Amino acid sequence: MPIVEVEHLQVRYGDVVAVDDLSFGADEGQITVVLGPNGAGKTSTIECLEGYRRPTAGTVRVCGLDPRVDRAELNRRVGVMLQGGGTYTAIRPIEAVRLFASYYETPRDPETLLDFVGLSHRARSPYRSLSGGEQQRLNLALAIIGRPEVVFLDEPTAGVDVSGRQLIRDLIRSLATDGVTVMLTTHDLAEVEALADRIVIVDNGRVVADSTPDELLSGGDSEEFTFRAVAGIDAVALGQAVGGAVTELDPGRYRVAAAPTPGHVAALTAWLAKHDILLGDLQAGRQQLEEVFLKLTAEPDTPAASGGGGRSRRSRGGRRPSAGTEEHEADS
Amino acid sequence: MKATIAQFRTELALSLRNGEQLLVNLFIPLGLLIFFSKVKVLNSDNADPVDFLAPAVLGLAVMSSALVSLGISTGFERFYGVLKRLGATPLGRPRWVVAKFACVLTIELGQWAILIPTGLLLGWSPASGWPAAVVGAVLGTAAFGGLALFMAGTLGGMTNLAACNGIYLAFMVTGGMVVPFSKMPGALQAVAKAFPAAPLADVMIGSLQQGEHVHGGSWIVLLAWAIIMPLLAAWRFSWD
Repeated sequence: MPIVEVEHLQVRYGDVVAVDDLSFGADEGQITVVLGPNGAGKTSTIECLEGYRRPTAGTVRVCGLDPRVDRAELNRRVGVMLQGGGTYTAIRPIEAVRLFASYYETPRDPETLLDFVGLSHRARSPYRSLSGGEQQRLNLALAIIGRPEVVFLDEPTAGVDVSGRQLIRDLIRSLATDGVTVMLTTHDLAEVEALADRIVIVDNGRVVADSTPDELLSGGDSEEFTFRAVAGIDAVALGQAVGGAVTELDPGRYRVAAAPTPGHVAALTAWLAKHDILLGDLQAGRQQLEEVFLKLTAEPDTPAASGGGGRSRRSRGGRRPSAGTEEHEADS
Repeated sequence: MKATIAQFRTELALSLRNGEQLLVNLFIPLGLLIFFSKVKVLNSDNADPVDFLAPAVLGLAVMSSALVSLGISTGFERFYGVLKRLGATPLGRPRWVVAKFACVLTIELGQWAILIPTGLLLGWSPASGWPAAVVGAVLGTAAFGGLALFMAGTLGGMTNLAACNGIYLAFMVTGGMVVPFSKMPGALQAVAKAFPAAPLADVMIGSLQQGEHVHGGSWIVLLAWAIIMPLLAAWRFSWD
């Protein structure tokens, strides 16, 4: 049974529907990543789970409890990291971990924790003088000091440089190894590939995919493959030679509408050899997350992978103003 | 209890480390006390101005910490999401409020511990109404602290900053805390008496200046603000 459950969640702000009939769950001890473009409803969803926001409709449960009714109980068992921190600007990291340790009955040791997130050398520097990565690591430390069963991390690596991100990802992974359930939101695809046991892709307030990274990214019974070569080759002639329509997706990137069988690939390379064209980056089977993501979040009538978003409500009035633009882009 | 004490200690450390808070809590009251005791522009009476200024500035100190210091720091904590973040911890609002007010009262003790000896050194010979003065300070702390939390919990970060400073200045000059109340036009006196600053100054001066007494209306007005403002703050305060 999932330790975090979201069922038919809807969040409205006046006429604006931020979250629309969203359903998914997160299993104990796993890292569940909620992925989506800005404004997709990720933060609204997380804030319902954290008890900050009352769902307009539907239910959310954490550890089997209602985050608003049983907030005091959940505050002891759940750790959060807010977008934008929420830490006293003048506080020193050592003061912050000691303060937060005092809130819990059996907290982690503050000094050890500070060392764990790599901030011992900055223990007495005011929060505002820390780098973005250091601030986020402190916020992560504050989220886990009370030995939570579940942590909600809202964009934990936003505004953090590359090496800082790596550190934070390592920390998050070690949490999951210790059996903590982690749910994090991001719009950073690299984050997902690095961390996710499970990916929930949200767009326009609906779940458009909910699966493991392998399921999501495997080509499976793919009926197409892509390759790179110089721009502007004769796609029609190539298509006839290979036995499947060839489309130039971007200049120099082509999609072949045929299964990536050895025969089709051989036909492709033979044709390229005949025309003395160099082949670069042949890709069959495993897809790039970026492609999957763009496909899922661009097409207006993508069937949802989970039961939650089955009904399409896009046509209803009062949607976000950007919805029309996105549909237009998808058509082109 | 552990959490309340840790919260109190942290709040106090952050206040003492903040330059602007130190300025408004200590250097403004202290500077006014010394300057206007030595530069005798305020009082044309025969009395030594320090006899009026010392108790008035004790009231001003209460307003500095309970209104400005508390209001501005809480407003920015809300602005930066600190209060929202605390909402997801087991600390809880009651213990947070207790820590905040304990911090304000401790700062006031520190202010008085510096201002009273300074006043005595400047030649102030106080009257014996200390118990009444302490009660007045506690009521003033509730009134101004309630007003501070009401503004911090309802206004935006910058608006709150401006409002706290603006009200502080207006209360300081119309409340009889620097300029003796009797020197102001009657209409202004009538308006100022309805707000908490003038009654607080009256309680301080009436209790601690020789030959003065507290006007009955001052206690009533101060008490009313001390009850209403905290209730209003508790009712309207928004944590994010």
